[in-house]
Amino acid sequence: MFLARALEVTRRYGDKLALDQVSFDVAAGELVGLLGPNGAGKSTLVNLLTGIRRPTSGRVELFGGDPRVPAHRRELGVTPQETGLPASLRVGEVVDFVSAHYDNPLPRAELLDRFGLTDLVRRQTGGLSGGEKRRVAVALAFVGRPRMVFLDEPTTGLDVQARRLLWDGIRAFSAEGGTVVLTSHYLEEIEALARRVVVIGGGRVLADDTVGAVRGLVAVRRVSLTVREPLPELAGVSDIERDGDRLHLLTGDADQLVRDLVAYGTAFEDLEVRPTSLEEAFLALTRESAAA
Amino acid sequence: MASLALTHARFQLLETARIPIALFGSAFFPAAAMLAFVVPFVGSNAEYATTATASMITFSVMSTNLFQYGVGVSEDRAQPWDPYVRTLPAGAAPRFAGRILAGLCLMFVSLIPVILIAAFLTEATITATAFLITAATVVGIAIPFILMGLAIGYSMPQKAAIVVAQLLFFPLAFLGGLMTGPGMAPGIVEDIAPYLPTGGAARLMWAAVSDFPYDFGSIAALAGWTIALGWVAVWAYRRDEGRRFS
Repeated sequence: MFLARALEVTRRYGDKLALDQVSFDVAAGELVGLLGPNGAGKSTLVNLLTGIRRPTSGRVELFGGDPRVPAHRRELGVTPQETGLPASLRVGEVVDFVSAHYDNPLPRAELLDRFGLTDLVRRQTGGLSGGEKRRVAVALAFVGRPRMVFLDEPTTGLDVQARRLLWDGIRAFSAEGGTVVLTSHYLEEIEALARRVVVIGGGRVLADDTVGAVRGLVAVRRVSLTVREPLPELAGVSDIERDGDRLHLLTGDADQLVRDLVAYGTAFEDLEVRPTSLEEAFLALTRESAAA
Repeated sequence: MASLALTHARFQLLETARIPIALFGSAFFPAAAMLAFVVPFVGSNAEYATTATASMITFSVMSTNLFQYGVGVSEDRAQPWDPYVRTLPAGAAPRFAGRILAGLCLMFVSLIPVILIAAFLTEATITATAFLITAATVVGIAIPFILMGLAIGYSMPQKAAIVVAQLLFFPLAFLGGLMTGPGMAPGIVEDIAPYLPTGGAARLMWAAVSDFPYDFGSIAALAGWTIALGWVAVWAYRRDEGRRFS
């Protein structure tokens, strides 16, 4: 059963094409990462799925209905942008305001406790630090006991401890059967939480697969070595980073690269072959789509 | 839905109350206009002072609502909090109702100085019954202007909303006969005023405070304006998607 779904959705802002025939779905219980740089179209996709905007063409569904109809948003939780909290209201008041929209909200004390906000209840949101605002924003997504949440960069700007705490909270929600859509261009966040990654760039879905597969898709390896002589011309190297004598070569075929180095008789030391991070995979993917 | 409307109203008022200067601003202008125009010119004539106060109240009902909603709503729409509220499971009705309730409260607060000035510095008089009828009339005539403000606020960006509210409010006040007493406006104004929202509202107010007769054609026109403006406001809300880019 799909809790959220977009079918061949196109969205334009005037002349600008923000989404181009995008199809995307989220099944119950999934924890999906939506990955892309700013302006790639991921916030537009989320805005369509949460009923804020309407597609230019194509269809969006939330809990099987039109997300613009309030009844279909009863089991949805969304994080506001942390910069957008009403500055003059206190944390407790903002929670109360959001709670009033749901039939069976979490009791305020329980919610505040779960997100470590109990001490902030009397503070005006305008006076909170960036990290505190972020935690309030994430907590607001869970006020209405949702079945599905859309979290926008939930742990950006948090210190390591607060981030771990929030990750544990999101994992626990997921383990209880909750569905999570996580948007981020902060890659550690998605790697830590999501099983499935949808990469969006230039208004299109560039990849939709497991974290491992998205990495494998571009199959870029980083070959690091120390050399004291100029390198011969090597095939299949997409990028070279220099760090003094240390070179980092990015390649699609590490095995062939190493064989070539040996065949050329290059004197190298400290050879290291590593899979790339998701960030590098993602950069390669968006570069390919820009080149195409 | 009723309790949600109250929640929206409460939070609107809370936000306003935390920045009290906003409240002071909306109370200042009508009071200043009373002191500048009504007290010196017609203050000593009971009948003129009473209808002039009613006109001034109509004027400030129009201007506070046009600006409060027209400019206030378009300002709110530019805040990133607004798209978030749109993801909550509630439609336009509780938000509209909450805004209207909060707006009425603020409007009454801003009218208090006008009423005090009329009572103590002019010869304006009113019976207790007529006062209550007038208060009810104020609520009634506020509705079309609230809806007009909402229509402006939801259909255009902030800068355009300020300009449109300013462009609308002066001609509406003049053509509606708010600048002159009952029956004293130039001919063309006397002809069209009853059918403008401002003229219709002023006539209802005059009828409430004096023995000015109720004009049913004018009341029907005001009801028509209210329905039309309500339709435009709801249409504008539904097609609104906040800022075009985010």
